[in-house]
Amino acid sequence: MQRTSTDGPDYFHKVVDCQWACPAHTPVPEYIRLIADGRYSDAYMVNWRSNVFPGILGRTCDRPCEPACRRGRVEDEPVAICRLKRVAADNKTDITAFLPQVAPRNGKTVALVGAGPAALTVARDLAPLGYHVVVFDGDAKAGGMIRRQIPRFRLPEEVIDEEVGYITGLGIDMRLGQRIDSLKSLLQDETYDAVFVGTGAPRGRDLDLPGRKEAAANIHIGIDWLSSVAFEHVERIGKRVIVLGGGNTAMDCCRTSRRLGGEDVKVIVRSGFDEMKASPWEKEDALHEDIPILNFLVPKEFTHDNGRLTGVIFEKVVAQFDESGRRKLVASGEPDQHFECDDVLVAVGQENAFPWIERDLGLDFDEWGMPKVDEVTFQSTLPKVFFGGDSAFGPKNIIWAVAQGHDAAISIDRFCQDQDVRDRPPPGTTMVSQKMGIHEWSYDNDISNDLRHRVPLRGKDESLKNVKLEVELGFDLQLGLAEAQRCLNCDVQTVFAEPICIECDACVDICPVDAITFTANGEEGDLRMRLSAPALNLTQDLYVSGELKTGRVMVKDEDVCLHCGLCAERCPTGAWDMQQFTLEMTHAGEKPCAR
Amino acid sequence: MTYITKPQLHHPRLVENALGKTRRDYEGSVSTLCAGCGHDSISAAIIQAAYELDLPPHRVAKLSGIGCSSKTPDYFLGASHGFNTVHGRMPSVLTGANLANRDLIYLGVSGDGDSASIGFGQFAHAIRRGVNMTYIVENNGVYGLTKGQFSATSDKGSKSKKGVVNHDSAIDLVSVALQLGATFVARSFSGDKAQLVPLIKAALSHQGSAFIDCISPCIQFNNHAGSTKSFDYVRDHNEAVNTLDFVVPREAIHLDYEPGTNTLVTQHDGSVLNLHKLAEHYDPTDRISAMAYLAGRQAQGEVVTGLLYVDPKATDLHEGLETVETPLNQLTDAELIPGSKVLERLNASLR
Repeated sequence: MQRTSTDGPDYFHKVVDCQWACPAHTPVPEYIRLIADGRYSDAYMVNWRSNVFPGILGRTCDRPCEPACRRGRVEDEPVAICRLKRVAADNKTDITAFLPQVAPRNGKTVALVGAGPAALTVARDLAPLGYHVVVFDGDAKAGGMIRRQIPRFRLPEEVIDEEVGYITGLGIDMRLGQRIDSLKSLLQDETYDAVFVGTGAPRGRDLDLPGRKEAAANIHIGIDWLSSVAFEHVERIGKRVIVLGGGNTAMDCCRTSRRLGGEDVKVIVRSGFDEMKASPWEKEDALHEDIPILNFLVPKEFTHDNGRLTGVIFEKVVAQFDESGRRKLVASGEPDQHFECDDVLVAVGQENAFPWIERDLGLDFDEWGMPKVDEVTFQSTLPKVFFGGDSAFGPKNIIWAVAQGHDAAISIDRFCQDQDVRDRPPPGTTMVSQKMGIHEWSYDNDISNDLRHRVPLRGKDESLKNVKLEVELGFDLQLGLAEAQRCLNCDVQTVFAEPICIECDACVDICPVDAITFTANGEEGDLRMRLSAPALNLTQDLYVSGELKTGRVMVKDEDVCLHCGLCAERCPTGAWDMQQFTLEMTHAGEKPCAR
Repeated sequence: MTYITKPQLHHPRLVENALGKTRRDYEGSVSTLCAGCGHDSISAAIIQAAYELDLPPHRVAKLSGIGCSSKTPDYFLGASHGFNTVHGRMPSVLTGANLANRDLIYLGVSGDGDSASIGFGQFAHAIRRGVNMTYIVENNGVYGLTKGQFSATSDKGSKSKKGVVNHDSAIDLVSVALQLGATFVARSFSGDKAQLVPLIKAALSHQGSAFIDCISPCIQFNNHAGSTKSFDYVRDHNEAVNTLDFVVPREAIHLDYEPGTNTLVTQHDGSVLNLHKLAEHYDPTDRISAMAYLAGRQAQGEVVTGLLYVDPKATDLHEGLETVETPLNQLTDAELIPGSKVLERLNASLR
């Protein structure tokens, strides 16, 4: 293999699995260290700069970082990254002094359609640069789906108000209660130099089954029903509720039902339990609230008694796999099952809807009715119109909307300044040695053996009575510290300098996870099998040195490295060093910083 | 000195041996020797050998004297018996322990100061008595603990870190061991675990006095140009006479080997040493020619390594003394106080 090149931001970034997996590339280990250090406000600001909504995401994020976490490969479970974010948000002091200064107006005006996470991110990035940012939203309050669809028992309204407030406080021109019904007329208003569309995926899919029309009074579309609950238009539901669908919305629907009078609440899903779209922890939360999840049942018909819903008939199916491994659900041949209920919540997916965008504007749509949007610049075929969040590429989650908002803001800024939108600023990276003295390192490398700590919950007797009462209590300071100590500090990189290596084997002997091998070079596949511990995780790179004095090479498998620094600690010549790699995404109007 | 304790987390696919133990279970506390010390590599090799041999840690007794090398038993086999004796007296204490309980596996760890100077006589007598043990000298040719004076194994003409030339003749422990009748003699290098681990396994299985002289560079005081115990010097002058596959008795039946280039030596316990010849005409079962070969190569400045001599029919001290097989602490009154009739018979036999 060639000597590994660590030039450019990617090699060491990939080693920081959590940050690499995060769409917004939040410097996770950095803020976890700040939490461990009791610097909650600083930890919050690291998050805020990167993901804009730390308090909200610390409760609701889909956490792509956690399945990626290296700790999950070394022991049973990853670090509770998401809930640590909440620890920073819960324990910070007043951070208003850290918020960006707003520059004098630069004469450019940008219209943002929708006040959800994507648009608010664009607003946050552009307003400090001097843009006049005008946000339109049909709702009376900003937040979009964060406010409409996430139940209050998962996300209290104060948290939304606070974090949305940090952005609206940057001198944003909020036009709430003003729904944009025509993009054409918005574009005709020549005050706007650019338009950002962040209208989400607002339409819940329906199930067109026999009985749907007749029993309509007790059949509700999940996301619409959730927003009715959020805005307090709905306060009760029947005692027996069936939730159709297996995604996170279904989990929110069933848990909300339990709090609005639902005693016998069931989730009924077409697929098997493991293939359900809902995150494992959301399924766990539903099961914890005594909500059974029934699988492999396909709804066939709503039964009713003269228009009063009586239940749903399901066909039993089994999963079959064809040669290519694709799963198909086929009828099991067993008799259909009828489940009685008073109400049905349909949570079988969300769709985009753009009835307000005229099709003759030069803004092209694809065959599925989605706008044609550039995946890098988020620019539509109409150069001054940009998309982001669910309205760009379909339903995802908040953290994706934020990441796309940042990218769209860069494009809008460059577009308004007559610069090439394809010319993207690189991330800022720094490498700083952590060596303080002979045996002193400026990071805490004494790794905790604790298993993942559970977030304490409010008791069911209390939490099921009030739909607004937050069910998760969050980590307290002790638990937060203990969980923070589980982080392996993967951003503190093992950096090898072959000219000073004397091949004494000290690093090989001490490495607790057999990550280091000195051996003859070879092709990657061959080399992976010849290491102290075979490197079977192909998604993780090998760090290969140039040729050493004995003609061998040093090969380090990054897969399960604990970043404990013992290789550097036991290295007599300093050929190994522990260096903190910092990567910060460069947002609109910023220059990448590098040291 | 390292202050961080080695994390307990280990590689998720670490393989267990027949006792259900991983290699990590054979570790001791974290080393307090200088970073990069060759001794740490030898400790790692001992850990690997014990793990591969499925040794129950509580059946091993590790003994040492004084010096950097003699600190190392703390850093491996943390669940074994340990005895840190006074300077140079490890061989006697080991001999005594072995006489009292022959069921344990004895591992003596010593250094060039401990064995070639203050304990030279002790070393000689334990070897010539044929105590069933593995005696490893971690040989760095320097007094590291007292900051770099020449030791008795420093080669004549080699230079200290400060540039002083050594005028005294070196004691070659391998030659001495051969002369004194050790039944297993090897030399290896801390920087070559592929060679060292099978040698330690073979030595631990050997039923007699097994001696390994392991060159172990002192990073701090003896790893400079002019030293003959540095990484560079040993790598440049290393002449391995053979490579060794150690084969445990249960695997010995399925052994592939090429006659002519390989020598098979079956030890008392049924284990097989499969020696792949590197030096032509070298016969590791011929003590006299081994000594001659060593002397010849040594005169040319070469460092001969490998399994230099093995006597597959080795006997040990207990056989010569006809001692009781049961460990002394397991003898009961019935054996220890046989009664007046036995005494009378004994007395009668002496009249």
